[in-house]
Amino acid sequence: MNAELALVADALVRATPLIIAGLAVAFAFRGGVFNIGAEGQLLVGAIAATAVTLASSGSIGRFSVVLAVVAGALAGAAWAWIAAELKRRFHVLEIISTIMLNFIAIHLVSFLVRGPLQEPARIYPQTETFIKSGRLPLLVPGTRLHLGFALAILLAVTLAWVFNHTAFGFRVRATGASPAAARIAGLIDTDKTSLAVFLISGALAGIAGSVEVSGVTFALYENLSPGYGYTAIAVALIAGLNPIGIIASGIFFGILETGASALQREFAVPSSLASVVEAALIIGALTIAAVRGRHPIARVAES
Amino acid sequence: MSAVETFLEGTVRTATPLAFAALGETVVERSGVINIGLEGAIIAGAFGGFVAAGYGSTWLGFAGAMLAGIAMAAVFACFAIHVRADQIITGTAISLLGLGVTATLYRQLYGATGAGLSIPTMGISELPLLSSIPVIGRPLFAQPSITYVLYLIIPAVWWWMYHTHAGLGLRATGEDPRAVVVAGVAAKRIQVLSVLFGGALGGIAGGVLVIAQAGSFAEGMSAGRGFIAIAIVVLGRWHPLGVAAAALIFGAASALQYFFQALGWSLPYQAFLALPYVLTLLGLAGIAGKAVAPASLGRWQDQR
Repeated sequence: MNAELALVADALVRATPLIIAGLAVAFAFRGGVFNIGAEGQLLVGAIAATAVTLASSGSIGRFSVVLAVVAGALAGAAWAWIAAELKRRFHVLEIISTIMLNFIAIHLVSFLVRGPLQEPARIYPQTETFIKSGRLPLLVPGTRLHLGFALAILLAVTLAWVFNHTAFGFRVRATGASPAAARIAGLIDTDKTSLAVFLISGALAGIAGSVEVSGVTFALYENLSPGYGYTAIAVALIAGLNPIGIIASGIFFGILETGASALQREFAVPSSLASVVEAALIIGALTIAAVRGRHPIARVAES
Repeated sequence: MSAVETFLEGTVRTATPLAFAALGETVVERSGVINIGLEGAIIAGAFGGFVAAGYGSTWLGFAGAMLAGIAMAAVFACFAIHVRADQIITGTAISLLGLGVTATLYRQLYGATGAGLSIPTMGISELPLLSSIPVIGRPLFAQPSITYVLYLIIPAVWWWMYHTHAGLGLRATGEDPRAVVVAGVAAKRIQVLSVLFGGALGGIAGGVLVIAQAGSFAEGMSAGRGFIAIAIVVLGRWHPLGVAAAALIFGAASALQYFFQALGWSLPYQAFLALPYVLTLLGLAGIAGKAVAPASLGRWQDQR
């Protein structure tokens, strides 16, 4: 196994949760929902996937991986639903409620890995490691690249198709562009569409979390996510909220983050430089959009 | 000190940087801007405070912390208010920028470990008489001097916000910037100044962590306090006095875990850490009273 292949595989492994969570963010933003909660939804997705995998403990073989991903999606959707309900009933800004829910999810993970889900020896704050059948199969044997990457590509293509070729996708874009206009001119039930956007966005972020535990970490622990949910905002934005573009920007960020670690090992370049580059990219993308006189979110919704 | 006094002292100590940052963000949000890049200002303040205090004075350290916080806020203001880029996304970028720049500079200037560096720290100054009040005396009045600065700033901001013409202009801008502009007030300037003020207090919050508490800098030592401060603003219902009380609630929640450990109770302390966020959500939902955000908060459409 050559080192270059391993490096490429690592970058794609890193890109996987960024692409899926990036799709979650893009779907929400396009639908006019400011979901800053991908991080929390990703974590509850990881919790649910872990719980399902450990509970099945090999009794259903490979099927437990499928179940774990489904459980992750459901948990993520449920977490986003809280923010959706708070908005619908009490007009609570989702920007704020999803940030709160991120923190609650972080503390929930911390509680579970020291409490009900802690490994049997009760020494380390983490769950038991998944047995072989609870792990996602590898795409390229000998590397760490797992099936989750293929799932990320599939989800991106599906989402692009939903946006551009379905009535539902049109309703989402119309609601995001102008809820009032969508209601009056398009006879669209914007409340219903908005709820769907919350749930689907949450489900995608939940899948990102389940794929991360089933494909990479094989256990639940604190700091499982180095802020994937926040980086996903950058990933989505730089791609102009375009699902296919998110594949590219996700891989780019994956290379940036794994490359930074390698640079630090080889040439003592601080890996923290990666965050500076990411920040500069986001600000650059924003400025280009603003100078053109178009808000990135409105711009996409118009097109 | 008794266990209760230790708990209360821990509450005030934890709440101090949070209250600084949240008080600044309160002013920012009352002007209709939401700066979720506050985390970036706090970590910049921690680093700026660390570098400046290295020249020998703790107050110089706080000046450095404040300047660093203002610098981060200026970048935010430039893009979010001047260029009118989206506030949430700009804020996310500023958080990343602050964490990345400070970590990079720290490793470049002091090496990967940075061990063995020490700066002058601000010790405890007991206030005579006040600190001998039973139970609450020592927790409140045997603190570093910067905490007493906070005690002065809180009522000052409250007074300014509700009893001065400029304060009225600030609140009006947050409700409807276009109406304010029509009335002949420079809404944009109010927002820029608010953001810079928020950056200054965020920077001081970072300075408190380094100069009055840890005595050294560590990468990412702001540890999400910028986001916690945003929660505190909401729980405190965008009111300076409410925000001070909310900061104490968050401080108490994290002090409680050490209190329980000291008493040997093995309760799941994460529940207490999560509780303030649940309270914030309930408060927003009107279940625990009415909390209304400034009407134009974070809405780029209204910013003119």
